[in-house]
Amino acid sequence: MVNLKIDSIDVCVEENTTILDAARSVGILIPSLCYLRGINEIGACRVCVVEIQGLERLVPACNNVVKEGMVVYTNSPKVRKARRTNVELLLSQHDCQCAACVKSGNCSLQKVANDLGILTLPYEKKVPETRWSRKFPLFRDAAKCIKCMRCIQICDKVQSLNVWDVEGTGSRTTVDVSFHRNIANADCSLCGQCITHCPTGALRERDDTQKVFDALADPDVITVVQVAPAVRTAWAEFLDIAPEQATEGRLAATLRRIGFDYVFDTNFAADLTIMEEGSELLEHIKNPKDFSFPMFTSCCPGWVRFLKSQYPEMTGHLSTAKSPQQMFGAIAKTYFAKLIGAEPSKIYCVSIMPCVAKKHECALPNMNDTGCERDVDVVITTRELIRMIRSEHISPQLLPEEAFDSPLGEYSGAGVIFGATGGVMEAALRTAYFLATGRNPYPDQFAFARIKEGWAEQEVELLGNTYKVAIASGLGNARALMEKISRGEEQYHFVEIMACPGGCAGGGGQPIHDGQELAVSRAKMLYALDQNSKIRFSHENPEIKWMYDNFLGAPLSHKAHELLHTDHFAWQMPQKEQVVRKNQL
Amino acid sequence: MSRLQVITPNTAQMVIESLYRDLERRIVASPPGLCPVDMAASFLKLCHAQTCGKCVPCRVGLGQISQLLDDVLEGRADLETIGLIEKTALVVRDSADCAIGYEAANMVLKGIHGFGDDYIEHIEKHRCLYSLDQPVPCVALCPAKVDIPGYIALAAQGRYADAVRLIRKDNPFPTACALVCEHPCEARCRRNMIDTSINIRGLKRYVADHAGVVAVPACAPATGKRVAIIGGGPGGLSAAYYLALMGHTVEVYEKRSELGGMLRYGIPSYRLPRERLQEDIDAILSTGVTVHKNVEIGKDITLFELTQQFDCIYIAIGAHADKKIGIKGEESKGVVSAVELLRGIGDGVMPDFTGKDIVVVGGGNVAMDCTRSAKRLGAKSVTCVYRRRKEDMTALVEEVEGAIAEGCEMLCLQAPVEIESDEEGNAAALWVQPQIISSIGADGRPRPRQASLPMQRIPCDMVIVAIGQGIEIAPFEEYGVPVRRGVIDAMDSSGIENFSGIFAGGDCVTGPATAIRAIAAGKVAAANIDEYLGFHHDITVDVEIPAPRLDDRPPCGRVNLKERPANERQNDFEMMELGMTEEEAVQEAHRCLRCDHFGYGVFKGGRMNKW
Repeated sequence: MVNLKIDSIDVCVEENTTILDAARSVGILIPSLCYLRGINEIGACRVCVVEIQGLERLVPACNNVVKEGMVVYTNSPKVRKARRTNVELLLSQHDCQCAACVKSGNCSLQKVANDLGILTLPYEKKVPETRWSRKFPLFRDAAKCIKCMRCIQICDKVQSLNVWDVEGTGSRTTVDVSFHRNIANADCSLCGQCITHCPTGALRERDDTQKVFDALADPDVITVVQVAPAVRTAWAEFLDIAPEQATEGRLAATLRRIGFDYVFDTNFAADLTIMEEGSELLEHIKNPKDFSFPMFTSCCPGWVRFLKSQYPEMTGHLSTAKSPQQMFGAIAKTYFAKLIGAEPSKIYCVSIMPCVAKKHECALPNMNDTGCERDVDVVITTRELIRMIRSEHISPQLLPEEAFDSPLGEYSGAGVIFGATGGVMEAALRTAYFLATGRNPYPDQFAFARIKEGWAEQEVELLGNTYKVAIASGLGNARALMEKISRGEEQYHFVEIMACPGGCAGGGGQPIHDGQELAVSRAKMLYALDQNSKIRFSHENPEIKWMYDNFLGAPLSHKAHELLHTDHFAWQMPQKEQVVRKNQL
Repeated sequence: MSRLQVITPNTAQMVIESLYRDLERRIVASPPGLCPVDMAASFLKLCHAQTCGKCVPCRVGLGQISQLLDDVLEGRADLETIGLIEKTALVVRDSADCAIGYEAANMVLKGIHGFGDDYIEHIEKHRCLYSLDQPVPCVALCPAKVDIPGYIALAAQGRYADAVRLIRKDNPFPTACALVCEHPCEARCRRNMIDTSINIRGLKRYVADHAGVVAVPACAPATGKRVAIIGGGPGGLSAAYYLALMGHTVEVYEKRSELGGMLRYGIPSYRLPRERLQEDIDAILSTGVTVHKNVEIGKDITLFELTQQFDCIYIAIGAHADKKIGIKGEESKGVVSAVELLRGIGDGVMPDFTGKDIVVVGGGNVAMDCTRSAKRLGAKSVTCVYRRRKEDMTALVEEVEGAIAEGCEMLCLQAPVEIESDEEGNAAALWVQPQIISSIGADGRPRPRQASLPMQRIPCDMVIVAIGQGIEIAPFEEYGVPVRRGVIDAMDSSGIENFSGIFAGGDCVTGPATAIRAIAAGKVAAANIDEYLGFHHDITVDVEIPAPRLDDRPPCGRVNLKERPANERQNDFEMMELGMTEEEAVQEAHRCLRCDHFGYGVFKGGRMNKW
């Protein structure tokens, strides 16, 4: 243990504790901006600087550890002046258009500046110009970037894609797409982790809320909305509602209040995905000569983009089953349209996703199997949903709970856990077991898949054979797994990968809490919903059964193939940069 | 009012003078990779501030060019802007009255021609082609990318063996380099911004002197692949060391009777004692490398035979052929090449120069080695003859000064014309033509031209020719290895186009260079040979680097290494240079600014843990 004094308070902490954490342990919350634990500890913003007795220069509290006998001042006149000046300097290059910014109220820069009581700026403002396509699902506003470098670090260290890099030197140093590329030509997975780790509004998703409002306002259009599993865990985080009140029922009521004609659940489509993907897996197992293993899940578009850019030779290993979002769109504009006797083209399909890559997925050229321009017309993130709720001045806490609409609103516990890493694996195994043996497993038999982070593997008995499956979330982990596979060190049969750490619960479209990773706690809510579900198996979802009996026939039927499967080779993904080994001499 | 006054500088002037010195040191410490357009714009601002304001092109023109450069940098320019910059700069160059103006314009023009692509990138893409790839200046400039801040931090803590292990991750010659490396690492040391660069080689020497015998890491499991290395110099042995660590079977073919290449046969032992060189060689061989000495390729074994016996071949034969001046009388007895002289000394064959007058021709480090060796071999007088000025010599300043201190003569601005010999064909004198220093060449060095003075006769008993070395390339050329301008034509990867399985590097590819560049080439070759053989071994080390200290770093003088007194050292081949004391080493190590952590290092590229 190390003893020191911080602002005259005696502190005793373990060795190698940072000054920031030591201060925190006694209730002194030193402000910081660029710091991101374990990811970005580069002391760039100099907002967390403190004075150490005996040292002339100030030191950042975030990346310096305590020493025995250290005397630290976090608010000496010197520190106060430096902290304030450094924030003023940042603001001189920031557009400060807070009133028109998605991060207003949840912006770390705004908070630090407000906390410091900065009311006027002594410096001339020199704000960089934003040059970025408004069409790309990911938007970067140079006028808001404070060059904290977090986006670079999260993409390098966690997602292993190195999409961002420092650009230029000297006073014009900024952040941009690496290797002098344009974002549209880069191998960005669109996971959105750079967005959720940006302290300001410099990175965000393309805002599509107006498209939704336009559709809602059009009397000739039937608006159908689907809500992804993970959205229900996070939609109320920035609304004035207690977590226990933020139920699925209130979410349905809120969406209805916004004006959607039909409020459905992506969970339904998740069950459908399991029917198709589980059957596909079984097909592979039964005909090992016709297929080569492993089979990869394909429901995460970030992962699909990653695979197609980093390991294009493995594209054929992706399950041909569409993601739940796209299955939903295909069903909504065929089966459902028929049920209500509507023209498919009159149906406007909105999906609410914890994800940025879904915006790209719905716009893929071959996601139009219903004769309409697109099966899913628009995707908004959880954050955009929250913005819509707020702009509609709806108070969900005052709404009574309502049910989702039928028939695309019914789901099983297997469908809802899609929102957590390992969920697709577990749900698929529950049904594959049934399809193979004709009887249900114990519902929690495949609970090994409930990993919280990283990657895991397991051997599974099916039809008297042992199959090896693996799960990974976070693209860095995915890469580690893929390297093992491509080097032939490990052979798997079925692999589930989610681009975002922790799966969709930690998705790049979820609400942002600076410095906190909430995937695990959100996933807990999904597992609770599963536990409390009357139906725990996708194949027991009555609406799914009815749809197969009356519309699709059987899983993998001709019609199912037409509507629910896709060709992953039908579109191109920018390939990864052939990087010269960084350590060249 | 007095008729004349003594001028005493005022405070402002004195402060400005000190700021000039600060700026000079700061420019020295400029890291590689900065935006050249931005730097050009900054230089131009300085130039403009120097204008006296009398003439239009300089007073106004430089300001306008400066504005246009800012437009380029700020994304306000179009391609025509470059034309306007160039036109204006040409006018300033051609019409400014004094050097303040026309030289500033020349700097702008140099930039437009030298990095025009970056101007275009700024204009068209609003970004820069350049970036800081390796932010630690010493590591950036070390050809082998040795972890310098790491081993200096270890040295400060007295962890000398760990320091050697860390150095060996990138350079298996810690001792040899501690004694003879030309230390390019020190050139842009950030410490220059405060006072002077760290004495990096001096610290490495302290580490090497105090580490004792440090075991090499264990080799990876045997791969069954066999690699032949041709040449047992620093490059070949470096490749051998890393390839052995990767688990490959390595056999080194050495033409001479001992290993070490130019470290033994080029550098005299007063700079690199043989037993110290042997420390590095022993460590390298302890990885299980097999050595075949006295084997000449093309004579004892052919390259073809090697290709049959091995999976891969690395050619690292160095540059051991002598070069002739091409003057009359060069074939006289008593005219020897530097290579010949130093090779003999390397094998322990010491010629006796007692009572002889020796002339050495050349101005490089090899010329100094010959000059100082001749002195130690008992010569009555040693005269080094050089075409240009003393300050133009390519030898390190301390080598030239050391030779002078030992009583050798530097006869500069004298071009050799003819070697006069006596009736028996022995060299008797060198005739030289006095030169005058003249215009500056494209390489930035002033050229000599013939002075209107008569030739001079320098009586002597021996002439040692040290004007460079060539490559003994015939046996390789015969096999078909491509040769260009007298060196093997290998790629940056050290592979040879269309010659699968044959790699080459070091002096035989670059022409005569330094030990550390040969070592770096060996490292590159090892990595790429490993890949070629189908492996991806990592070379790594498990030494924990001490955390940087937060102490203030006030200005402090640099500890320079001392030498034995000239009148004592000139008589023997014993080690000439004296290492630091512990007190000096600790102080010097504490001067390090730890660029691996502070600044950009903590973010990117601060440490390469493996390669």
